[in-house]
Amino acid sequence: MSGADWLALTTTLKLSAVTTAVLLLLGTPLAWWLARTRRRAAVAVEAVVALPLVLPPTVLGFYMLVALGPHGPIGATLQAMGLHHLAFTFTGLVVASTLYSLPFMVQPLKDAFAAVGPRMLDAAATLRAGPWDCFFHVVLPLARRGFLTAITLTFAHTVGEFGVVLMVGGNIPGETRVLSIAIYDHAEAMDYASAHLLAGGLLAASFLMLFTVYFLNRRYHVVHV
Amino acid sequence: MTDECIQARFRLPYPEFTLEVDLELPGRGITALFGHSGSGKTTLLRCIAGLEQAPAGRLVVQGERWQDETTFLPTHRRPLGYVFQEGSLFPHLTARGNVEFGMKRAAEALEPAALAHVIDLLGIGPLLGRWPDQLSGGERQRVAIARALALKPRLLLMDEPLSALDLKRKREILPYLERLHDELSIPILYVTHSPDEVARLADHLVLMEGGRALASGPLTETLARLDLPIHQEEDAGVVLDATVAELDAAWHLARAEFPGGSLWVRDLDFTVGRRIRLRVLARDVSLALERHDGVSIANLIPATVAELSADAHPAVRLVRVDVGGTPLLARLTARSADALGLVPGKAVWVQVKSVAVLE
Repeated sequence: MSGADWLALTTTLKLSAVTTAVLLLLGTPLAWWLARTRRRAAVAVEAVVALPLVLPPTVLGFYMLVALGPHGPIGATLQAMGLHHLAFTFTGLVVASTLYSLPFMVQPLKDAFAAVGPRMLDAAATLRAGPWDCFFHVVLPLARRGFLTAITLTFAHTVGEFGVVLMVGGNIPGETRVLSIAIYDHAEAMDYASAHLLAGGLLAASFLMLFTVYFLNRRYHVVHV
Repeated sequence: MTDECIQARFRLPYPEFTLEVDLELPGRGITALFGHSGSGKTTLLRCIAGLEQAPAGRLVVQGERWQDETTFLPTHRRPLGYVFQEGSLFPHLTARGNVEFGMKRAAEALEPAALAHVIDLLGIGPLLGRWPDQLSGGERQRVAIARALALKPRLLLMDEPLSALDLKRKREILPYLERLHDELSIPILYVTHSPDEVARLADHLVLMEGGRALASGPLTETLARLDLPIHQEEDAGVVLDATVAELDAAWHLARAEFPGGSLWVRDLDFTVGRRIRLRVLARDVSLALERHDGVSIANLIPATVAELSADAHPAVRLVRVDVGGTPLLARLTARSADALGLVPGKAVWVQVKSVAVLE
């Protein structure tokens, strides 16, 4: 594996890890709200969250590029504040990936939170647990299969993104050049050996990750959670 | 109003009904909130727990304000215990973990000796290491009751704790609840739609219908009221708290004395002075104008007719008689009532065919 490919691998892992962490922080309250609220507006929010599942990544990537670029609302605001716009940057990639992988974090968490049920929350409250205490000591343990699934799917999905990266990030080594782009480059250049290596590795790693999750979920189920 | 009592006033509109109550409940013993499903009894209990927020509610428990115009104590700050209908144990904790969950958080929990007593009282010692899914429904409810008591609550709220159990499991738990009632001084609000549970457990009865409290009063007095829709069924009758006054060893009978009279009941290894609860169903009570000694009925008591009312069927009358201050109900046909010329104030002999001892 060439040095450039190693760099692409670390960029990919870094992007996936940061994206997953950001989504864990943003997606948990959002999923909680969606699972608990009785507002009608929640339906619209749910549809928006699910959009990346059906939109071509290039569409999302295109809008993100426009928004984050020097003339877009976000990029222009940043520039007015004396900062750099986000097109073709790692930060820009994180922002785009966060949106792109949003449903993979929010939907499993929402289902897990909904499955905890209001009875458990009522019981915790009558046992002197305040809202945060209840979340960390009742909801979190009961929803841990959901968290495991959400984290793995988000990470794996971010590792595999291509269209969004290509639109928002371009192909800058060490900054925005990720594995999927590297594979594309190798195939374009007819270097099938390198493409095979990376593609096969990605396939095996993805399978292993999902296998581990499903294995753990099955095991946790046996031990009462 | 005394500092001992519980004052609850709530108004909470729902699509199906509006909860609207203004109650003053005793600060000791078991108060049954009785009514059909949809009568608002569970909603009332949830309002008292703070699980539902009635905007203009007022709740004072033994002198302490839990809710008024300016205050709303969140549920986790109210010194209460709550037993839900079913399935409220945390599945990720063992029975012991469940019992200790609240204890760790409560400002004032049971001391180890007192906890051991509760665990013993409920018979859950051998179950503490098990997970909730390894317990039967009855065992789970007993753990849930221990979990609530372990908090040393000032008020215990029980929402149909037996309704999800079959008859066998109910019979398994009821004795534990009776022991709780006898041994603990915590006031208990007990939601139920079972007349049998009311008869066995309650000291005070609140009758709920359509979100309102139709009546609230001591059990015997309230059960004997003919103006309330609680007598339409076969269970019409009264409950009396009595004391064993005399034993007839030869015939295995015990004389149970209540204010104004006494009844002979089966001797279930009683000792003189023991407090027992009797249930006398209206269908087991008949009335006569004179004392008839040539009948098989052992319990003959002089009484005065207090009130007559129609029953579910036009052929039937319910009659409330007064036995030296204690009410009894009798169910007769309208024809008999007419033939005997029953009117309030008339002296009669009450013949009680059967008395159930509820312990």
